[in-house]
Amino acid sequence: MRLYAAFVYLFLYVPIGVIALFSFNSGRHASQLMGFSTKWYGKTLSNPFVMDALETSLIVAFVAATCATVFGTMAAVALQGIKGPVRTIFDGLIYIAVMIPGIVIGIATLIGLVTLFDQLNPLIAAIWPNGFTPPKLRMGMGTLIAAHTMFLMALVVIIVRARLSGMDRALTEASSDLYATPFGTFRQVTLPLILPGVLAGFLLSFTFSFDDFIIAFFVAGTETTLPLYVFSSIRRGVTPEINVIGTMVLAVSLMLLLIVQVLLRRGGRKAK
Amino acid sequence: MTQRTRNLLLLAPAGTWFLVMLIVPLSVVLIFSFGERAPAGGVVPAFTFEQYANLPARWAAFRNTLFLAPVGTIAALLIAYPLAYYLAVKVDPKWKMLLLVLVIVPFWTSILIRSYAWIFLLGGRGIPALLGWIGFEDIRLINTPFSVLVGIIYGYLPLMVFPLFVSLDRLDKRLLEASSDLGAKPWRTFAQITLPLSVPGIATGCMLVFILLMGEFLIPALLGGGKVFFVGNALVDLFLQSRNWAYGSAVAVTLVVVMLITVTIYMRLISRLGAHREDVSLM
Repeated sequence: MRLYAAFVYLFLYVPIGVIALFSFNSGRHASQLMGFSTKWYGKTLSNPFVMDALETSLIVAFVAATCATVFGTMAAVALQGIKGPVRTIFDGLIYIAVMIPGIVIGIATLIGLVTLFDQLNPLIAAIWPNGFTPPKLRMGMGTLIAAHTMFLMALVVIIVRARLSGMDRALTEASSDLYATPFGTFRQVTLPLILPGVLAGFLLSFTFSFDDFIIAFFVAGTETTLPLYVFSSIRRGVTPEINVIGTMVLAVSLMLLLIVQVLLRRGGRKAK
Repeated sequence: MTQRTRNLLLLAPAGTWFLVMLIVPLSVVLIFSFGERAPAGGVVPAFTFEQYANLPARWAAFRNTLFLAPVGTIAALLIAYPLAYYLAVKVDPKWKMLLLVLVIVPFWTSILIRSYAWIFLLGGRGIPALLGWIGFEDIRLINTPFSVLVGIIYGYLPLMVFPLFVSLDRLDKRLLEASSDLGAKPWRTFAQITLPLSVPGIATGCMLVFILLMGEFLIPALLGGGKVFFVGNALVDLFLQSRNWAYGSAVAVTLVVVMLITVTIYMRLISRLGAHREDVSLM
C-alpha cells in the first residue's frame, strides 16, 4: 500500500521534476543533459516576446481576478439574503458557467462578441464627432479580461458562499440590533469572517486566469499570453526555453497554492 | 433602501456580466448552429438543420471523445482509489493533510506545461530510448491513444483523488473494525462496507473528470499529434482554421447536449444505485 502510494507520488512529480532538471541544462538541445547552468534562464528572461507575453498574462490575471473577486463576493453576500426566482436564476447561471466546457465558452465569447462588435462599430462611427477617428471595438486584452472575469466570478461565488454558509447568522443580527449600518455590519463582522475565503478566491482566480489556455486561444485576438506563447513554441519543437518558463510558472503556482491552503485552513479553524 | 433593493444592487454587476458574457454568447452559438455558412467566414441567418445533418463528417472526433473520456475516467478512478484509501484510512493523521495537498497541487498548475512534460518523456529520446537500452527497439509512444491516455490520467488524477478521499475519510472506521471482529476477511469488508460507502465519492470524482474530459483540447493536441483528436480539436479547427462558424456551432451545441444527456443518465444510475443500497441497509 505504502509502496503503491510512493509510486503514484513519483508518477505525479517525476515529470515536473524532469522539466525543472532540464531547465538548468547547459546544452543547446532540450533533450540532452550536458551540465549545470542557468544560462537559459538569462536567455529566456531577456527574450522580449516572453516578457511581453508574461506582462499581458499578469495584467489579465490581476484585473480579471480583482473584478471577479469584488463582483463575486458582492453576489455571494447578496445571495445569502435572497430567495425566490432571482436566486434560482443565479444558481442556474453559476451552474452553466461551471458546467459548460471551457472550449465552448471560448467559442461562444469569440463569435458572440465579434457579432456584437460588427453591429456596434458602425454605430459608434456614426455618432462620433467628425474629424476624430472613432474607436474600434475588437478582440484583445479587454475581451480576454471580460471572459475570464465571467468564469472566475462563478468560482468566487462558490468559494465565498461555502464560507458564508459556515458563518453564524446570529452575529450579523446582533450587529444590526446594535444599530450598525448594513455596510458597517459587512465591514466589521461579515468581511473579517469571510476574508480567508475571499483571498483564497482571488488567488485561485489569479492562478486560473494565468494558466488558462483554451479561452485565451479564442478571445485574445492579437494579444499573446504566456500559455499561448508556450503552446506555439511547443508546436515549433521542444526548446530549453519552454523548460525554463515551465519551471518558473510551476514554482509561482505552487507558492500561490500553498498560500491558499494556509488561508483556507486558518479560516476554517477561525470560523469554528 | 430596503434590504431587497440592496441585495439586487449587489447582484447587478455579476448578473449583467453573466448576461453579456455567458447567456448572449451561448445564444449566438445556438442561433448560428441553425444558420448557413457565409463565404467570408460569418454566418447567414437561416433556419436549417443542414449543419446538424452534416455532423457525421466529424464522427471520428465524437467517437474518440466518447471512447477515451470514459476509459480515461475509469483508469483514473482505478489508480486514484487505492491512493485515496491509503490517505484516508492507513496514513498517520499527522501527515494526512500534507500528503493530500501534495496530490491536489499539480491539478492547479498549468495543464499545458504538465502535458508538455509528457511530450518530453514519451518522445523519441525519453522513455522509448530507455526501453531501447534494455532491448525493446522501435517502440513508439508519442502520438498514440496510449500517450493521450497517459496525459489524461496524469492531468486528472488529482481531481479524482480528492472526492474519493473526502468520502473515505468520512467513513466511520469503527465499521471496519466491527466487520473484522465479526470474522470478515479484508476483501469482504472492502466489498461490503468500504466500497458501497464510498459510492458518493466515486460518483462525484467520475463526473468531474468526465465533464472536463468531454471538452478537452490540449492533451490530444499535444500528445495525440493530430492522429488522436477530440471534439475540442475539431472545434478549434472549425473556428480558427476553416472558419466555418455555422457548422462549428452545431458541433459545439451537439457536444454540450451529448454531455448533458450522458451526465443525466449517469446521475440517474448513481441515485438508483444509492437508493438500492439504502434498501439493503434497512433490511
